[in-house]
Amino acid sequence: MTANEVRMPIESAADIVTARQKGRSLALDLGFNGAEVTLIAAAISEVSRNIVEYAKHGEIILQPTNHGAKKGLCVVAEDNGPGIADVAQAMQYGYSSRRGLGVGLPGAKLLMDEFEIVSRVGVGTTITMKKWVQNAK
Amino acid sequence: MRVPILKQRDYLIASIQSVLSDEDLVHLRDDLSERVGQYRSRGVIIDVTVLDVIDSFATRTLRTIAHMLKLRGAETVIVGIQPDVAFTMVQLGLTLEGVGTALDLEEGLAFLDQLIKKNFHDRK
Repeated sequence: MTANEVRMPIESAADIVTARQKGRSLALDLGFNGAEVTLIAAAISEVSRNIVEYAKHGEIILQPTNHGAKKGLCVVAEDNGPGIADVAQAMQYGYSSRRGLGVGLPGAKLLMDEFEIVSRVGVGTTITMKKWVQNAK
Repeated sequence: MRVPILKQRDYLIASIQSVLSDEDLVHLRDDLSERVGQYRSRGVIIDVTVLDVIDSFATRTLRTIAHMLKLRGAETVIVGIQPDVAFTMVQLGLTLEGVGTALDLEEGLAFLDQLIKKNFHDRK
């Protein structure tokens, strides 16, 4: 738990907007450039929508993170929903999804530097993704 | 927030004023489909200048709107996609396949004028 950790409940379309806006402003504070901030906001949008669509409710946690001299942003998307039976399949670009383009989770992975998904059927899904500031100020 | 839709000549202009939720985008789709019939519009411009993110759902909805309106007899052009937004869409592999795009409102109007005039001549 860090001082400027942000936790947000996600259960509606409006919460998706709030999550990506909070992510945008935190990323700007951390020194990401405009393009990177937009990539992060889009990735947050995709994982948040995944929560609303499949789990109904969950949480997005944003935390500044470090790795040696590298500064970055860590985004955790957590839910206690139905879980994903076949994670490999869900991570295939263009596979499934009822309302999207099958781009959601694999898309978020493309936008971030690190992406990890842990899911258990009947227990829930946790996605942890990170992006590092390229040109530290 | 509902997107205001203005009528200008034979065209409708949906001028997005703030960031939109998924629900807002679906309302825009339904409103435009209805108004095109109400005003017998030949073209629709959707101005997305203020959108700071166009993700997979927004892309799919914009595509759906354009294809629906085409079936209703109107052409659609999306204007004002910002550079960082375009970059993100490319990174996500998202395309607006088959949907007209233009730099801004002025270019969008010129795009529709040309397209609709061309369609008119092709039919003669």
